[in-house]
Amino acid sequence: MNAPTSFDKASALREKLVVIGNGMAGCRAVEEILARDPERFDITIFGAEPRVNYNRIMLSPVLAGEKTFDEIVLNTAEWYAENGIELVGGDPVDHIDRERQTVVSRSGRAEPYDKLLIATGSDPFIIPVAGRDLPGVVTFRDLDDVDKMLAAAGQGGNAVVIGGGLLGLEAAHGLSLRGMKVTVIHLMPTLMERQLDEAAGWLLKTELERRGQTILTGADTQEIIEKDGHVAGVRLKDGQEIPADIVVMAVGIRPSTMLAKTAGLDCERGVMVDDHMVTSDANVLAVGECVQHRGLCYGLVAPLWEMCRSLADHLTGTPSGYQGSVTSTKLKVSGIDVFSAGDFSGGDGAEDIVMRDAARGVYKRVVLKDDKIVGAVLYGDTADGNWYFDLLKKAEDISEIRDGLIFGQAFALGGGANADPNAAVAALSDDAEICGCNGVSKGKVVDTIRAGACSLDAVRSQCKASASCGSCTGLVESLLALTLGDEVQAGAKTLCKCTSFTHDDARRLIVEKELRAMPQVMQELHWTTPDGCASCRPALNYYLLCAWPGEYEDDQKSRFVNERLHANIQKDGTYSVVPRMWGGLTNPRELRAIADVVEKYDAPMVKVTGGQRLDIFGIKKEDLPAVWADLNAAGMVSGHAYGKSLRTVKTCVGSEWCRFGTQDSTGLGVKIEQMTWGSWMPHKFKIAVSGCPRNCAEATIKDFGVVCVDSGYELHIGGNGGIKVRATDLLCKVGTEEEVMEHCAAFIQLYREDAHYLERTAPWLERKGLEWIKAQMFDDPDTVRRLAARFRQSQKFMQNDPWAKRASGDRSDLHQHLATIRPALTEYA
Amino acid sequence: MQAKWLDIGPVTQIEPGMAATLPVIGGEEIAVFHTMRGEFYALVNKCPHKQGPLSQGIVHGDSVTCPLHNWRISLRSGEALGDDEGCVPTIPVKVDAGRIYLLREAVVPPTPAQRKAA
Repeated sequence: MNAPTSFDKASALREKLVVIGNGMAGCRAVEEILARDPERFDITIFGAEPRVNYNRIMLSPVLAGEKTFDEIVLNTAEWYAENGIELVGGDPVDHIDRERQTVVSRSGRAEPYDKLLIATGSDPFIIPVAGRDLPGVVTFRDLDDVDKMLAAAGQGGNAVVIGGGLLGLEAAHGLSLRGMKVTVIHLMPTLMERQLDEAAGWLLKTELERRGQTILTGADTQEIIEKDGHVAGVRLKDGQEIPADIVVMAVGIRPSTMLAKTAGLDCERGVMVDDHMVTSDANVLAVGECVQHRGLCYGLVAPLWEMCRSLADHLTGTPSGYQGSVTSTKLKVSGIDVFSAGDFSGGDGAEDIVMRDAARGVYKRVVLKDDKIVGAVLYGDTADGNWYFDLLKKAEDISEIRDGLIFGQAFALGGGANADPNAAVAALSDDAEICGCNGVSKGKVVDTIRAGACSLDAVRSQCKASASCGSCTGLVESLLALTLGDEVQAGAKTLCKCTSFTHDDARRLIVEKELRAMPQVMQELHWTTPDGCASCRPALNYYLLCAWPGEYEDDQKSRFVNERLHANIQKDGTYSVVPRMWGGLTNPRELRAIADVVEKYDAPMVKVTGGQRLDIFGIKKEDLPAVWADLNAAGMVSGHAYGKSLRTVKTCVGSEWCRFGTQDSTGLGVKIEQMTWGSWMPHKFKIAVSGCPRNCAEATIKDFGVVCVDSGYELHIGGNGGIKVRATDLLCKVGTEEEVMEHCAAFIQLYREDAHYLERTAPWLERKGLEWIKAQMFDDPDTVRRLAARFRQSQKFMQNDPWAKRASGDRSDLHQHLATIRPALTEYA
Repeated sequence: MQAKWLDIGPVTQIEPGMAATLPVIGGEEIAVFHTMRGEFYALVNKCPHKQGPLSQGIVHGDSVTCPLHNWRISLRSGEALGDDEGCVPTIPVKVDAGRIYLLREAVVPPTPAQRKAA
């Protein structure tokens, strides 16, 4: 039975098309069909919402008060009427009867079809936490949701948005503009992590915080709190509670496939369709966010337009075939320009071109592969987004314009001369400003170079161009190249390949510009890679830690494994553990604890180290926390034998036992170790105290050595017993133990604040000169005291035993396996 | 029939920029990486150079630097980058609905019967 319900003469000849879904995809498909063959179908559209078709992606501006509903309507009631389309609004389809080729709505209305189009879109994903059904918890999907949010905003108060993706941020922006105090809770560490890389995500977070929103990243929702039958707040897994009068869940969407599934159509994540948008039933088609095409589901509007074109081509007899889409996104938050397209995750053979203009808050990254653009992320200046996207989709070879590519279309295509950045600089007039920070003109830079400054560093020191924020470094380098031709000298060694800054510059700028987080450093200092490398990340982590003690949050993922796991990795992947023995002293209790650990964990070797401590070898990563717990129980703490940090204070027996000892070197060694342990440094740091000039503790090959003499204490610095043996230089002589401690703290702090990461005191001293170090410490009578005070201040935050923390379960994930894969026994039968 | 993909748990168990390990009884240890850009990769947890545990290296971009001798290994191809040469086997990973899956046949060692046939 397939009788049409209408016996209208004209329509009886037409095929009957029923569309489930009055959204953007459903209506667009109809528009495309009408444009090709307006006479072909008799059309009925079912919509769940009781209103005409509107532009769902413009709901954000409606929420933000930038547009009204009327302004986002796509097709008015007249359009339906003019095209003879019957709209069944507010009556969703309940099921599809494929055998009878009929759909039945919730109200019981049955509509037969020749062709059926499923355009049910997607459903917002609700995270399964307690309290998700409370009044006041809304999603952000349709106009009803917007109305609920507007009603809540009318009362003022607090809003919590769960989800820091496109949709969540747009909801947060709207609610914020409507006067609510907004907190965004995002599970991942950076906002919009699917569209943006870490650098752009960080800029976005900074800007939103500047606008008064609270952004909590890495925040996992535990439950939604109720009070008086209404939502009252959100509790996070870390225990934090955020008050809320409304909670918006915007964590994602998933294809709405329920109808298709119950009708027996093939579905995976979405309704499976071929290149003509036909489902597993030849008479049923599907389009939009509800479909899965070649394994992909789309949540953006551009692919939907392309699908609708292929669908209409197929239904009107000239099949074209949908090939899948490359997508781009923009954030619709007024005043924040964010653009992302394609695959910006890099990969084999992929090259990044990164431009960071800190002053303007601009970040651009274009990813190339085989001289073609494969991805782009733009923040702050998205004017060229469409141009990059176009080059990407057309897979155009960009090798000809590569030099100027990152500067945008106008620059890159501005003629042959302009495509060379050097040529653009050459064209500048002599009085054009090169360095904005220091007001240096092009003429001045060129004069400086002609006068003999042949390197970037020389230019920086002689005319100050590029010596401050460094954003003009590229321009200065161009001027060097233009002025000197091939004579340009390689600049001072940079921190790593990710930057043109040296260690010194990076350190100085972190303090001067008050940079307090790694992505901020990378942005402000124009890093050329998205997230640095294994060289710069540990260095920056240390510099930030040194600059902002107690404030900067240590970054585990930028630490070498030894420091991350608080133990030394050995060649077989096991670890060795050295507990602290203050000044080299021990007692039966500690020795027993060590012996017990060796037996209990089957450690194959124990060895006395060069620093007079005991090293337990062959401990498995997963056993480390238990080993530490046992050692902690005997009163022992981490010896930091793994760290860029104070290792040990080696001592001799001194006046207490030795017939030559002049002072209590053992006691002093213990005091010094208790003052200095736990401090992170540019490299490992060793101290020794010898009780007499016989120097049994070998203090004159240590970073800081004390040699006790009859009249007091000789302080030695810059010794090294390592690869290149270096005996210490004498820093000064002092009279009391207190002075020894004060000078030791001051010297360490000077080293901590000045040396390059991974530079031990010996090469540092040789680079800076003994006179420089003495001048830093003694030219001003107050310097030693001030340096020592800074050292003690930072020690307040550093003298925590990392073993105790870890043994109590902190970051236990670093030590455990995710799981063990055990092949089923039957597989071996 | 066993599923083609082996579910090894939610994506949230590995922080971006970090890695986690999975020993396989009778096989190699596997390292699963989560890059700062949110992608997941899995490699045999052995540097092609001196078998260093790659899972313990510093992850940057889509490569990892081995903690033993600083070899840089591509997470995508398992190949040593730069001037070094060598390759470590990769294991196909997919993420679906917030969970990480490894391709079972690449993870589970062949049975004696399969080995004999091969």
